[in-house]
Amino acid sequence: MAFESLSDRLQESLKKIRGQSVLTDENMEDMLREIRLALLEADVNFNVVKEFIDHTREKAKGQNVVGSLKPGQLVVKIVHDELVELLGTEVSEINVDKNPTIIMMVGLQGSGKTTSAGKIAKYLRDKKGKKPLMVAADIYRPAAIEQLKTLGETLDVPVFAKGTEFSAEEIVTEALEYGRTNNNDVILIDTAGRLQIDERLMKELENLKAIANPDEILLVVDALAGQEIANVAQSFNDQLGVTGAVLTKLDGDSRGGGAISIRYMTGVPIKFIGTGEKLENIDLFYPDRMADRILGMGDVVSLVEKA
Amino acid sequence: AKTNEKYVAGLDKSSETFSSRMNALAARYREIDDNYFEELENILIMSDVGVNMVMTIVDEIKKEVRLNNIKDPREINEIIADKMFVIYANDSIMTTKLNYAKEGLTVILMVGVNGAGKTTTIGKLAHKIMEEDHKKVMVAAGDTFRAGAIDQLAVWAERLGIECVTGKEGGDPSSVIFDGLKRAKEAHADVLICDTAGRLQNKVGLMKELEKMNRIIKREVPDGPQETLLVIDATTGQNGVNQAVEFSKITDITGIVLTKMDGTAKGGIVLSIKDMLNIPVKFIGLGEKIDDLQEFDLEQYIYGLCHDLMG
Ligand SMILES: Nc1nc2c(ncn2[C@@H]2O[C@H](COP(=O)(O)OP(=O)(O)OP(=O)(O)O)[C@@H](O)[C@H]2O)c(=O)[nH]1
Ligand SMILES: Nc1nc2c(ncn2[C@@H]2O[C@H](COP(=O)(O)OP(=O)(O)OP(=O)(O)O)[C@@H](O)[C@H]2O)c(=O)[nH]1
Ligand SMILES: [Mg+2]
Ligand SMILES: [Mg+2]
Repeated sequence: MAFESLSDRLQESLKKIRGQSVLTDENMEDMLREIRLALLEADVNFNVVKEFIDHTREKAKGQNVVGSLKPGQLVVKIVHDELVELLGTEVSEINVDKNPTIIMMVGLQGSGKTTSAGKIAKYLRDKKGKKPLMVAADIYRPAAIEQLKTLGETLDVPVFAKGTEFSAEEIVTEALEYGRTNNNDVILIDTAGRLQIDERLMKELENLKAIANPDEILLVVDALAGQEIANVAQSFNDQLGVTGAVLTKLDGDSRGGGAISIRYMTGVPIKFIGTGEKLENIDLFYPDRMADRILGMGDVVSLVEKA
Repeated sequence: AKTNEKYVAGLDKSSETFSSRMNALAARYREIDDNYFEELENILIMSDVGVNMVMTIVDEIKKEVRLNNIKDPREINEIIADKMFVIYANDSIMTTKLNYAKEGLTVILMVGVNGAGKTTTIGKLAHKIMEEDHKKVMVAAGDTFRAGAIDQLAVWAERLGIECVTGKEGGDPSSVIFDGLKRAKEAHADVLICDTAGRLQNKVGLMKELEKMNRIIKREVPDGPQETLLVIDATTGQNGVNQAVEFSKITDITGIVLTKMDGTAKGGIVLSIKDMLNIPVKFIGLGEKIDDLQEFDLEQYIYGLCHDLMG
């Protein structure tokens, strides 16, 4: 459609590498250029792409084309493996051993925090036998509390809310007490969306962190996001110490290259993905599937096989 | 004047890195060569300008540099701003004026992907229309799907002191739109702004639903909707182009609202959208408060991006 897939991009460049027996700077040049562009079009951060390509080139250089692999396939395989490596190789589960486990949702406006709080509450109840409590600590966005309450009713999960008259700090303080008396073993705190440059609101998160001492601070990130998300992730992480990310809206047709940027810039694992608006649309994050998606792998595999 | 200052202040944050990178770039190069252009490319890519669009802009600038035999990188900044201006404007007529019906009801439909800022923009836009054009505005809560969406719009309507036509949560959004149209006519409102649920452009069923809403509006107000505004989050990456392409297939998009420009994201994807589909940006969102919406001004936008460089 509007942008070419990697396989379209690779068509031409495969010619140069065809029949080569050793990978060199020279014969990989065209392919790596196209891969670089494809990663940029997948919204991987520019600086990350640069380092990734340099690193991959070094890794591939001098490798012999052996066995049934064609040289083009070998390059794609190396790129793919490097991406998987970067994305974390293994599934990273949320840490809910403590009683209560306290989870704080943070992120930019509209990224999917409230919805993801509902999804995670459902996931932990249904899959881990937990008894979650959700806390409405967004006092700014119109009807944010109603939104969380509605999700709570749908799920039959309790929601602690005090309206918008109290500060988020006060709400969270009381919610922790409430959770303890009601034997909730997971407490999910929904916070207001904010820009990473908003000092006042970032300070509020620091306060909430100090009050709740959360086991998980989950940064919720929109898969539609572009270059800037690398800075957003880094800034949230620097200011708060994030323990995991949730990548939402992957049911869309974006490549979701932001996943790589987040991981690269913060080292924080991606723990969940959002794949729809419904509360069951949540999944664990599988690095190899994500690498396939970012590269548009299905097409690429068949293309390089033919070359 | 007050609003203008705010506009530049909002863009300032987003231009800081752009401008400082440009200056750093000019300072590092004694001569304009291929490396220089490569770095320029990178700066534009970092602003989320589409990869192909970046190539076009850089090619144009290269041509200009060759033609005028420019050697000093400091001279080039103005050319860059100038080229971006020309490429965006591209001989088309750009207006940020809302297209009101000659007589009777004007319908504005707000569409876009999830969480882009549709509902908030409705609050801000209604305020603007009331303040500046002195029209009677009503809103219709056409998002019956997302939890709390109706309440959210109702809060905005209450702040504005206007009527909000609502249906049941989980109900048919088209019938809410229908009720809104009827009610707006009865009450002699000048403008009805319709909220819709967020939808990703690859969701066939949801896009069909939007088509239906559009049909109902047309049936009741033949020239309507006079404006269909596509709301795009400034942090949006390359997918923004797909959003514009797919929404355009269903509705006649008359303009873009670029939200969250008070952040550090640059919203560069609107350049690619303008280039590909000729859809202009009409408004930009600069915050979550009622007066945080401003008309898009191309000159100011580019000035905002580059004003440091031009001294
Ligand atoms: N398609 C899709 N939509 C999602 C997903 N996650 C969230 N959404 C939608 O994205 C929009 C924003 O979600 P919210 O949960 O309200 O986001 P938020 O981060 O709490 O927003 P603020 O509180 O305003 O900052 C809503 O329309 C959600 O239904 C997802 O995985 N897929
Ligand atoms: N900083 C900032 N935040 C904004 C702006 N516009 C909207 N927001 C915030 O973005 C979040 C999402 O806005 P909504 O108006 O709910 O978005 P929507 O498109 O209606 O979302 P759905 O109906 O869930 O698809 C809210 O927290 C808004 O306050 C803006 O210009 N700047
Ligand atoms: Mg929320
Ligand atoms: Mg909405």
